[in-house]
Amino acid sequence: MNPFEWVNATSVAQAIGLLGPRTTLKAGGVDVMDLLKERLVTPARLVNLRTVPGLDRVADSRDGLRVGPLVTLAQIAADATVQRRYRALADAAGHAATPQIRNMATAGGNLLQRPRCWYFRQEAFACKKKGGATCFAQAGENQYHAIFGNGICAAVHPSALGVALVALGAKLELTGPTGAREVLAEAFFTRPEAGIDRENDLGASEVLTEIRVPAPAAGATSAYTKQGEKESFDWPLVEVAVTLERNGATCSRASIVLGAVAHTPHRARAAETALVGKAIDETSARAAAKAAIEGATPLAENAYKLQLVEAIVRRTILAAATATG
Amino acid sequence: MADERTIRVPVGIAGVDLADAERAVLADEPPPLPANADLSVVGKRTPRLDGRLKVTGAARYTSDVRLAGMLYARIVRSPHPHAKIKSIDVSAATRARGVRAVHVVDHLMGSAVLRDKSQEIPSPHPIVRYVGQPIAAVAALTQADADDAARLVKVDYEPLPFVVDVDKARDPSAPRVFPGAADQAASAGGGGGASNVAVTGNVRGPNKSGPGGPPRGDAIEALKTADVVVDATYRTQVQTHSAMETHGVVADWKPEGLTVYASTQGTGTVRDEMAEVLGLKKSDVRVVTEFMGGGFGSKFGAGNFGVLAAQLSKKAGAPVRLMLDRREEHEGVGNRPGSTQRLRIGAKSDGTLVAIHLEAYGTAGTGTGAGVSGPMKNMYACPNVLVEESDVFTNAGPSAAFRAPGHPQGAFAIEQSLDELAEKLKMDPVSLRDKIDVDETGPHFNAASRRRERQLGAEKIGWSKRHAAGADAGPIKRGLGMAQSVWYRIIDLDASCEVRITRDGSVEVLSAVQDLGTGIRTALAQVVAEELGLRATDVAVRIGDTNYPSGVPSGGSKTTGSITPAARNAAFQVKRQLLDQVATLLGAPADSLVMKDGKILVRDQPTRMLAFKAAAAKLRTEQISARASRQEDYGAPAGKPGRGRIGVGGLGGVQFTAVAVDVETGIIKVERVVAVHDCGRPINPLGVESQINGGVLQGISYALYENRILDRNTGVMVNANLESYKIVGARETPPIDVVLIEQYRGRSSTDAGGIGEPATVPTCAAIANAVYNAIGVRIRDLPMTPARVLAALASRGTK
Repeated sequence: MNPFEWVNATSVAQAIGLLGPRTTLKAGGVDVMDLLKERLVTPARLVNLRTVPGLDRVADSRDGLRVGPLVTLAQIAADATVQRRYRALADAAGHAATPQIRNMATAGGNLLQRPRCWYFRQEAFACKKKGGATCFAQAGENQYHAIFGNGICAAVHPSALGVALVALGAKLELTGPTGAREVLAEAFFTRPEAGIDRENDLGASEVLTEIRVPAPAAGATSAYTKQGEKESFDWPLVEVAVTLERNGATCSRASIVLGAVAHTPHRARAAETALVGKAIDETSARAAAKAAIEGATPLAENAYKLQLVEAIVRRTILAAATATG
Repeated sequence: MADERTIRVPVGIAGVDLADAERAVLADEPPPLPANADLSVVGKRTPRLDGRLKVTGAARYTSDVRLAGMLYARIVRSPHPHAKIKSIDVSAATRARGVRAVHVVDHLMGSAVLRDKSQEIPSPHPIVRYVGQPIAAVAALTQADADDAARLVKVDYEPLPFVVDVDKARDPSAPRVFPGAADQAASAGGGGGASNVAVTGNVRGPNKSGPGGPPRGDAIEALKTADVVVDATYRTQVQTHSAMETHGVVADWKPEGLTVYASTQGTGTVRDEMAEVLGLKKSDVRVVTEFMGGGFGSKFGAGNFGVLAAQLSKKAGAPVRLMLDRREEHEGVGNRPGSTQRLRIGAKSDGTLVAIHLEAYGTAGTGTGAGVSGPMKNMYACPNVLVEESDVFTNAGPSAAFRAPGHPQGAFAIEQSLDELAEKLKMDPVSLRDKIDVDETGPHFNAASRRRERQLGAEKIGWSKRHAAGADAGPIKRGLGMAQSVWYRIIDLDASCEVRITRDGSVEVLSAVQDLGTGIRTALAQVVAEELGLRATDVAVRIGDTNYPSGVPSGGSKTTGSITPAARNAAFQVKRQLLDQVATLLGAPADSLVMKDGKILVRDQPTRMLAFKAAAAKLRTEQISARASRQEDYGAPAGKPGRGRIGVGGLGGVQFTAVAVDVETGIIKVERVVAVHDCGRPINPLGVESQINGGVLQGISYALYENRILDRNTGVMVNANLESYKIVGARETPPIDVVLIEQYRGRSSTDAGGIGEPATVPTCAAIANAVYNAIGVRIRDLPMTPARVLAALASRGTK
């Protein structure tokens, strides 16, 4: 890594003031360390956000859940309220990475981390995300890559929290020099068409300052499943978060979001449509799972993900239907 | 002819057929060691003597060594898989901050070399043949300075056509990795390949003289006479060693000699190679390996990195630390070669084997030694065996010996084919092996112990309840499988120890042998303690230093079988010195004295005794000492002196696994492993169990996860880390039941064998057989990923 100046920020305003083309923000530092070591970022200044007070709180109220960006994944996973009322979020946080990493990694860092595509992550490959002309994955080793919207870039979004938060209808507060704005998590994550060098809508002079999850509707339930090759220390092959609202036995609203399949957390709208208006059972869950892979464009080595998506979407719908929160 | 005498030693399997047998031994060999049941320290579960040091971080590994004035180094490596270097400009690097020395590689080690050197592409520098090949190195005051300076070395490459895919490399029109025939000598503990094999394009072979010698009978003709033939093709991936501690050294070149702190499996082999490459006398090179974080066969030599560190140290006049990072570890310092094996097995309708024919292609990158045929040649009775094995050169990092070279690959194929044969013959897989694993006459066979192991393992896993393949309802299918292991009983006569007793009663055992994590430190203490009637903790073990009597390189599962007899012999000899000196004090002849429970006793008169410490205090000199070596196997004809011979009888084991397969996701979960093994006389059963656990885990990891993935378009490894190079973790670790049998052969003063390699050989095959039992479909490709399981299930669906 290159030498850089280290600044312990004491306020969000100070951090925003320090932002610039060669400034990198650091929360838990998990992703930033990897990026520095591979020289994917070469900042002149690293701004440490862990010294900013007040960014590490979790609070639930009638309006919903507020999660500070410095809250660790371990904190979220262990929070009794999150476990009870926002089950998909607790499970997503609790299944990411390893216990050691979950103790350091933050909610904000998890949402803003760069893709783990093994071409992007190596200095040697000048891929499109790094200003090059080639997506090396498309004709290369793509078993862990995107099966949706992979025509420009085949990297998948790495955030497990993103998948759960989109399913839960969360909003993100972004604060810039002139104030804060609130965006829907679903709109925050961006496709390659919106700018190949980025994965989200965070402005160059903005800081993610809060995650806001609306209070669940009465009787709403959620579930999250991560399917990795391994259970310890592995990225998902596919992950899915499901939220369900019901009117009697009938599904009145569903949100089904897939991870590790696209450049963003991928909302499977056709699956949601297939489920709404139906009694939730093996048959409807199977039909919804089938619909979840509509429009997929798998690459040479990753068509197996289609079957995985079908299996875990069906299972997670059924799990959400029997969940208590 | 040396003086000999005859002794009676235990022979057979404890609890089965243990009896005495006569052995002629050299006159100064110790008396026979009774079976473990009659001993106090040897054969008893003994916690590692260095366990506390390790878990508290006090143990000093190579990467912990910090010397005064030490510099840090970084290697410049090729980004190209095949290239000619036109020029190297080190001027900017030399001037960079903190830089004290720069060295350009002029001689590459670890790869095959051209038989006819005049065929090499003309170039001022070694031709680049794999991504990550070392080009030069920089030493500087800090690691950051070295890293920065290495980026300033300007290398002008002329890229050449390359091939990284083993199938494409076999095509006669493929780019040539070497412009002519190339060979690589075998290294200690395996690896390398036969020399003077025909080379066509990138294909080096077929070699028909695999392990166990030339072909037996006529397999091709015999196959035509078989009642049943199983014909299948298996593919295995490239696995990297991925030891916890990476390769590395701290090299300290001083006018009086070179000291190398090395993470190595062979202090002696590193010393020898350093001396040879650097033009030094062996006595001017000292290699120290106090503690070591694993090697699995990849850490015998000086290494390009080690030689570079020594050269940088010489230039800079300061010690140089050069530890590889994880990318370098994956790319350039060894791997288990991949393989493609077509295996045909013919049998009579009663299961008797008629013929085995193997055609195997493997790639060891720029190295050789991708053979897999040990299990085909050494495990089962079969009159007609033909193996035809070829190495395929690719532009990829060279292989190195890896825990039972060739054997997990070969076992994956033959053990699955035998299960398929059993099914065709409507025989139980265990019964089939009872029928064919019967050869007691071949030099490497070990049928008696495996018969017992099958029996014990089948009982423990509940084999009698095994259902028909694919019989479970629902998406989670469970199955049981088993597979066998065979390995050589390798011994090494360059194995020496010194044992000292000092007047204060302290006891030391010294040897250059290194403990690579397997526990030889503790085993040596046990053997010396047993002989002197002490506890293991009473013995100080000083090892891992070439200033001590020459040890044995830890490869081929030969360490315990080679070095513990030397330790016992030395302890026995120093004991005789002690007893000679104290005999008069006890008023009894020395040969009537025994050492037991910290005392010296007169045999059959337990009241006449002297405490060990009191006896030591009476020594006529401050210290007495004896040095001894491993003698030739009892009863074996005297062979050539020195390293690496194969003793009579093999090592082996049988493993049973229980798996659950999710047929909707393709995920395989190993739920239980029963590992039944033999290793001669177990010195420390706790340590043996630990090594078997490790072998099983490495086998699960190989079966399901590990895979070196090279980008097909650039030859760059895409998963050169421990994040996407996937290794078994805590949640993938099943309960492992280790069952050890004690098998005595009466071949040395401790009669110990090894366990490191046989413990990992059968695991992948046992899992594959269990997967078949679960889902009714064979997975013949490693690793058995969800993608492969789902594809296999789908192909059955369409039939």
